[in-house]
Order: sequence, then C-alpha cells, then structure tokens
Amino acid sequence: MSEEKIKSEREPLFSKKNKKLVTDPLTDNNPVTIQVLGICSALAITVQVEQGVVMGVAVLFVMILGNLFISLMRNLIPSRIRIIVQLVVVAALVIIVNEVLKAFLPDVSEKLSVFVGLIITNCIIMGRFEAFAMANKPWPSILDAIGNALGYAGLLIIVSVFRELFGSGTLYGYPIFGDYIKGDGLYSLGYVNNNLMILPPMALIIVGVIIWVQRSRNKDLIENN
Amino acid sequence: MKFLAKYLNKIDHHFEKGGKYEKWNPLFETLSTFAFTPKLVTNKGSHIRDGVDLKRTMMTVIIALIPCLLFGIYNTGHWQLVAELGDRNIDFWSNGYDKFVSGLFVVLPLIVVSYGVGLSIEFLFGFLRGHSLHEGFLVSGMLIPLIMPADVPLWMVGLATAFAVIIGKEIFGGTGMNILNVALTARAFLFFAYPTSMSGDKVWMAGPESNIDGFTGSTALGDLASFMSDKPVFENIDIYTNNYSLLDSFFGIIPGSVGETSTFAILIGALILLFTGVGSLRIMLSFFIGGYIMGLILNLFGGNDFLNLPAHFHLVIGGFAFGAVFMATDPVTAAQTETGKLFYGFFGGLLSILIRVLNPAYPEGVFLAILFMNVMAPIIDHYVIQANIKRRLKRLNTI
Repeated sequence: MSEEKIKSEREPLFSKKNKKLVTDPLTDNNPVTIQVLGICSALAITVQVEQGVVMGVAVLFVMILGNLFISLMRNLIPSRIRIIVQLVVVAALVIIVNEVLKAFLPDVSEKLSVFVGLIITNCIIMGRFEAFAMANKPWPSILDAIGNALGYAGLLIIVSVFRELFGSGTLYGYPIFGDYIKGDGLYSLGYVNNNLMILPPMALIIVGVIIWVQRSRNKDLIENN
Repeated sequence: MKFLAKYLNKIDHHFEKGGKYEKWNPLFETLSTFAFTPKLVTNKGSHIRDGVDLKRTMMTVIIALIPCLLFGIYNTGHWQLVAELGDRNIDFWSNGYDKFVSGLFVVLPLIVVSYGVGLSIEFLFGFLRGHSLHEGFLVSGMLIPLIMPADVPLWMVGLATAFAVIIGKEIFGGTGMNILNVALTARAFLFFAYPTSMSGDKVWMAGPESNIDGFTGSTALGDLASFMSDKPVFENIDIYTNNYSLLDSFFGIIPGSVGETSTFAILIGALILLFTGVGSLRIMLSFFIGGYIMGLILNLFGGNDFLNLPAHFHLVIGGFAFGAVFMATDPVTAAQTETGKLFYGFFGGLLSILIRVLNPAYPEGVFLAILFMNVMAPIIDHYVIQANIKRRLKRLNTI
C-alpha cells in the first residue's frame, strides 16, 4: 500500500532518522556514560533525587531553546566568533532558569547553588551546539536536544536514586527505611545510612558501575585501545 | 590423600574441553589445585622451576600474620573484660583462657564473614570469566578482620569486603591487577561510610558499654587527637605517657583494631616475611624512618602536646607498624623498582604521621597514606626508570 503513495518531498516529522536522534543519546550514545561529558555536575548535584530532577529539567529547557536558537541563526553566525555567540545564547537561557528557580523553588535553588550557573559550562550543551545545531535544521536540532538532555537527566536520576536511598534513607524526601533520627523501621535492626554515598567520590563510582554494566551488555561500546 | 588424587584424576576428563561438565571447569580446577600442584607445566624451553607459587607466597603471609591474630584475639578478650568491669587496671595476663575464648567469639565471626563474602565474589567472577579462583584473596581475607575495630557490625564487614573485592580489585582485572590495596580499600570504605562504627570511643571494645564514670573506651590515638581540640582527655603529655607507657604500646596492651596493637607480634611477622623473602625490607625500613623523621619534624614545631609527643611513640601506637609491615609491602600495589621502594616507603611513613597528627578528623592516617602511595607508586616507578635511562644515556654519550 505504502508503495503506491507518492513520496512526499518533506521528511515526516517523526521519521526513523529523527526518532534515532532522540533515542540514541538515551542508550548507546549517552552523553554521560559514553561521551563522558557533564561529569562535574553529575557528581555534585546527585545527592538527592529532587536536585537531580530539577537539574535535569533545567538542562532540558536550556538545551531545547539553545539548540533551536543556534540552529535558526546557524547561517548568520560568522564561524570565527561562533563560540562567543553560543555562550551568549546559553548564558541568557541559564540566567532565565536561575531566576525562575530562585523565585519558585528557593530551597532547591539554594542547594544547587553555583551549579545552575555552571550549566553554561556544561560540555554537553556546548558540544551539541557545536556538533549538531550549527549544521542542522531547527526541528532535528530540537529532537537532538531533547534526546541528549533526557539522556543526561536520566543518568542524574539513576545516580541520585542510589545516593539518596542509601545515603539518606529517603527517596524524593520520603523516608523509605524508617525515621533515621528516631531510629525506627530498618534502623532499629542496626542498619545505618552509608555516609560515603553522600560524598562525591561515590557518585563517580556509581557512574563507573553504570558504564561497566552498559558496556558489558553491549560489547560494541568497548573501545579497543 | 592418594585416594583423593586418584579420584580427581578419574573425573578429570569430564571437565576438559568437550567434556561433560566443561562449564564447571573453573570450579573443578580451583578445588583440585587447592589440594595438589597443578599438572600444567610449560612444555617449551628451559625454565627455572620453584615450588614457590602464588599460593605458597600467600600462605607465608598468612603464617606471618598468626602472631598478630593470636595476640589480637587475646587483646580483644582483655578489653572486653575491661569494658565489662569498667576498670582499666586489671592484670593483662590473668584469666587468660577466658579472655582468649571471649576474644575468639568476637574475632572468628569477622574472619568467617570476610572470607565467606570475599571468596564467594571472587568465585563468581572466576566463574563468569572462566578462570579458576585467584589466590589473591587468601591474604586480604585475613588482613580485613585484623584492621577492624572489635565492635564493628558484621554486615558492615561483609559490605566493605564486597566493595573492596569488586571495586578495588575485580574491575581492574582481578588478582595482581589492582592499583589499591584491597584490605585497606575495605577499611577506607567503612571509615567514610560508617564513621561512627569505625572511630570514636565506643567501638574498640566488644561487649556492653560501660557506664562507670571516668571510663573512656577510646584508643591511644583518639586520646592523642583530643589534644588538638579544646577538651583534651589528658591534661598534658606526661599524664598520657603514664597511661599508655611505651612498653605497653610496644607489646600491644592497648585498645585498638584487632590485629594492629602489638608492635611486638607484628615484628615477629616481619621477621618471617623478611626471612622467606616475601616482604621487602626496603619498604618496611623506609616506612619506619619516614614516620620517625616526620615525628621529629613535628617535635621541632612543637606548639601543643600532641606535636610534642616523642617521635618513637608514633611508631608503636595505632596501625603504623601493621601498615608498614603488612600493608605497604603488598607486592602488587607497592612500587616495583628498588629505588622506588625507598621513596614509596619513606613518603608513606611521612604522610601517615602527618595526617595522624595534623588532621584531628582522621585519628589514624596510616591507611590513607598507604592508599595514596599506592596511587603514586606507578609515577614513582616511572621517574626512577626515566632517571636510570638518562644516567645510562649520559654514560653512553660521553664515550
């Protein structure tokens, strides 16, 4: 049936190629575990799931709009000053995010502190601007941004679930193992929260273990050098 | 024994390639080589053959650890009694049998958990990767209980062992490939994960907590670290040295981790290691010298009572001697070059005392210093080798 249809000149909105732009960074081309970008923030703000989610949403917002704007301007930007233009775009967006967070989520904003501002220097964002938005049309650029930001956010959430659950005994602020201070629930049996989980090195180890699991499941990802 | 060998030979062919139980070969190989020397020999060229394989080396270290273990068991029992009676001055050698038995009840579970968890994980990895069980854990499994406080919960020991074996060793490729000392990785994990169970004044004595006034269960190091704070346990260093005399500290009649207290027992172990050639004299000596020099430097600065502690005291308290003899000499993680070993040991000792004295948050700096030097060892080796190349090049060019 489909053969009889006249092939339209325009690419469908969710063609196979476009779908791949979203799904690839979620798994086999994850910006954190495969390209090892954006590690600093992944270590710093994954102590609690809430911080991870907020950070993920912030990056998603910045990336979608940033990729869109850069893609729209891609033919206007002189290549010699493109990094500065990209920085201006991302800085403007990050300031918007920062102000919104300060206004509506002041306590989360306090915990994230400097790391919201440091989204500007997040290698994933600059990397996608350079590698994708500068050379592609707006729609694929948006999809690419969604894929990469979700891949980043997904990893943040996985890491922060482990860290919050074993480090503080809570998930998104809700006590899972019982009240730590009162010492009931699991704590009455002698269970103690793992303090190492709260320290940044453990985030690195968890990311490492995720990379390990991913590469042992998909042998193609193992570098041969 | 002959019966066993015959039986193993009989069922051997099932486990070879193409045999009935080919998949279970790692298990079979492990169990059979545990009892008998493997029949696998190199069949080409001439080789020096020696009975000292990895298993034999590991057993030598275990034998060297026995004095520490026995003394540790007795000492644990002693301090348990002290905690029960709330009296620090009871005679060390009275009630010997009871003390040994009650110590055994504390230390034996630690050893069982450490070996049980560690060997199962090693075995799992061996099975998944299709090789026989590596012997590396034989020593680590004995070292881990010896560097634990007597009162540490067993599940923590199990967790730390699992962490150390997987993250410290297996991800690097197993025995002989690790960059960090496995036993110290376990201790570092516990130290940072569960600080209240690894330091302070509640954990060094098993059994009930004493409620008697004026009785503290802290270690010599804990008391010393309090000199750095506003509320020292002892008024000045003389009262401290009265309480923990040099001789007591040397023979290990002080509270502390299970195996680390007795410098005397550790030195017996050191002699065994040196006599059999398993341990490196260079590392041990330079480690002690480094620690002693740092002690002297701190004495020069002075300032408070901890800094003024006579340098030789540093060598006998805490885990310094144990670290120097059994941890720093780990042949896998130490520096490999002979000159490198001197630097490695010297700076290890230096840093141990530096961390111990100047950072009151870490009353024991030995394990941190050794782990740090483990990481530095390849760099030390690199520069030693480069220096050697440069020197020889110079000689070549002048002729």
